[in-house]
Amino acid sequence: MRHIISILLENEPGALSRVVGLFSQRNFNIETLNVAPTEDPSLSRLTVTTVGDDRVIEQITKHLNKLIDVVKLVDLTEGNHIERELMLVKVKALGAARDEVKRTVDIFRAQIVDVTPSLYTVQITGDAGKLDAFLQAMAPVGILEVARTGVSGIARGDKVLSL
Amino acid sequence: MELLSGADMIARFLQDEGIEYIYGYPGGAALHIYDALFRQDKVKHILVRHEQAATHAADGYARASGKAGCVLVTSGPGATNAVTGIATAYMDSIPMVVLCGQVASHLIGEDAFQETDIVGVTRPIVKHSFSIRHPSEIPEVLKKAFYLASTGRPGPVVVDIPKDMTAPTERYEYVYPKKVKLRSYNPVTRGHTGQIKKAVEMMLKAKRPVFYTGGGVVTGKASEGLTDLVKQLGYPITTTLMGIGAYPQSDRQCLGWLGMHGSYESNMAMHHADLIIAIGARFDDRVTNSTSKFCPTAKIIHVDVDPSSISKTVRADVPIVGPASSVINEMISLVQGHKIAHPEALTEWWEKIDGWRADREGKLYEPSKPGEALKPQEVIEALCRVTRGEAYVTTDVGQHQMFAAQYYKFDKPNRLITSGGLGTMGFGFPAAMGIKQNYPDDDVVCVTGEGSFQMMMQELSTCKQYGVGVKIVNLNNASLGMVRQWQDLNYKSRHAHSYMESLPDFHMLIEAYGFTAITVNTLDELEPALERAFADKHELVFLDVKVDPFEHVYPMQVPLGAMRDMLLSKTERT
Ligand SMILES: Cc1ncc(C[n+]2csc(CCOP(=O)(O)OP(=O)(O)O)c2C)c(N)n1
Ligand SMILES: [Mg+2]
Repeated sequence: MRHIISILLENEPGALSRVVGLFSQRNFNIETLNVAPTEDPSLSRLTVTTVGDDRVIEQITKHLNKLIDVVKLVDLTEGNHIERELMLVKVKALGAARDEVKRTVDIFRAQIVDVTPSLYTVQITGDAGKLDAFLQAMAPVGILEVARTGVSGIARGDKVLSL
Repeated sequence: MELLSGADMIARFLQDEGIEYIYGYPGGAALHIYDALFRQDKVKHILVRHEQAATHAADGYARASGKAGCVLVTSGPGATNAVTGIATAYMDSIPMVVLCGQVASHLIGEDAFQETDIVGVTRPIVKHSFSIRHPSEIPEVLKKAFYLASTGRPGPVVVDIPKDMTAPTERYEYVYPKKVKLRSYNPVTRGHTGQIKKAVEMMLKAKRPVFYTGGGVVTGKASEGLTDLVKQLGYPITTTLMGIGAYPQSDRQCLGWLGMHGSYESNMAMHHADLIIAIGARFDDRVTNSTSKFCPTAKIIHVDVDPSSISKTVRADVPIVGPASSVINEMISLVQGHKIAHPEALTEWWEKIDGWRADREGKLYEPSKPGEALKPQEVIEALCRVTRGEAYVTTDVGQHQMFAAQYYKFDKPNRLITSGGLGTMGFGFPAAMGIKQNYPDDDVVCVTGEGSFQMMMQELSTCKQYGVGVKIVNLNNASLGMVRQWQDLNYKSRHAHSYMESLPDFHMLIEAYGFTAITVNTLDELEPALERAFADKHELVFLDVKVDPFEHVYPMQVPLGAMRDMLLSKTERT
């Protein structure tokens, strides 16, 4: 099963490499990785999506918790949560396809953020599934470039991940 | 207020931390630190002949004393030479702090002379690592390093120190930090009471229980408690290789150690048990054999200070995260005043175990006949007699290691000092050196093989410099015996590169350093040679014992089998 693990990490040099190194060292898999400082500059928030059965996920969270730089973590998929990813896509927009792309962008509630005579740059946010669907819809038109941030997430309701 | 340079802070910190010996080797990036050590005399620096030996010596000391060992090396090749020793300590959870010189900050990343990203190189084999970014951080970072190394599940910590951080001209305030706190590191101090209660209820109701305890009991200083608990319950106990001596092996309840080359009765008892009480052991593949066939009828209680060790390879029915000592003490107080539910079942269980014991009695190996080559097992038995089972025994890796663990009887923890997790040839001799320096009045003996000894024999020179009187028992089978055994079993005796050609004349080699060597060829020469070797506690003596090169280590678990699937000799199997 796919899990989204969010981590509060010491904002220290080398901390990120310990997390990433752990995954390769122990043969765990990383699907997406997203990291940036939080409102507290001493902490980064890192979100990783990974796939594994319960035993593997248990090992992943235990080993992450063992890293000295990991201050706290949560497996967001254990409860209700909001998952978002941002993607920028350059798609071909020539002739009849130009309108077709525009319509699809509207249907997905995406935005065109840059234009040239031959292409659109589209910005879209949503969960990973929505982004995948958009890419599928655009494939026949011609995708020129894709930049995805990787998943970020937060728990629904009163639960907060903080010190 | 006291102003000190970074280098002087390091020397002062080590003094204040009570470090007596530091093992190391100098080089450009570490020279400010060496100068600071030179200008004081409380911390004694031991100059090894190879940085790997520095780490093994500090490791040996740490294992024997339970305190963190300390190492100092220079950048680049100095640091990379230490890597094997760091990995060795990591795999066996040994507390150690390794101070590495580094090129000056402004050169980092430029492929400067002797620059290696040692924090990167060692990342998967350390508990944690630090890079010093300002000299004023030194006391705090060093305190954190020692704190992390020696608490929770212990392990090695690397501190990378760029040369400019130790410059003599830059001085900052020095205060010894008595305590440090890390917000993300809070090792557990006790186990969950509810879980412990549940475990004790299961323990009292068990019909075929076995204690299976490991290095966590030794590093967790929980041997006394364990012995109490096991005696009170009257249950059998087997330990891992790393856990040997945590419970006295001469006691009837001790079945010896378990796993690939463990005792027949240990492996049989594990396989047939209905309850396994695992404490400070990690169900490693050298213990469990095939996990899918592991102990089919047993429920498992697993106590470990490291949650990631629990249910890693074998699912625990009652997991308890906590230090061995406090969990055991709680168990003792819960057991007190209670009777076990099925004393008759326990009696039956012991009858079964005693039967397994009797099965192998006198059949473990065939003693040598007059005129034949000595059996390595005989040598260890004689060594145990001559040292009254009281020596610190370090080993290298191979058949001799297994024989030492099988035939020396250890009644105390921290007495068998061996590289269990990494299996590092070359570990034994420098480890013995580190122990002997700290325990000069005890017998310290390294049981080695001619293959392993040649990996670290340059340390003879260190022993000469500091007058370190370790004893070395070289079980010389003129081959990489353990490799050869596998080739016999799996490759139709095609001995690819397991024959040690061109061995040195060990006698002459040892004498070249000014030490005594005795060659032993026959059984009647053996005990007198051992007596002679141990006559003077402060003299290094090397026994070159020529042993049967065809001997195999048994029992040996059959690959992919269950605990009970073992070869018992060249011709018997379970
Ligand atoms: C550094 C290192 N290299 C290789 C090995 C693989 N290995 C395990 S046992 C062994 C043979 C050891 O020979 P020796 O020290 O003579 O001991 P013996 O088995 O003959 O008693 C080897 C090569 C190892 N454990 N460590
Ligand atoms: Mg050999």
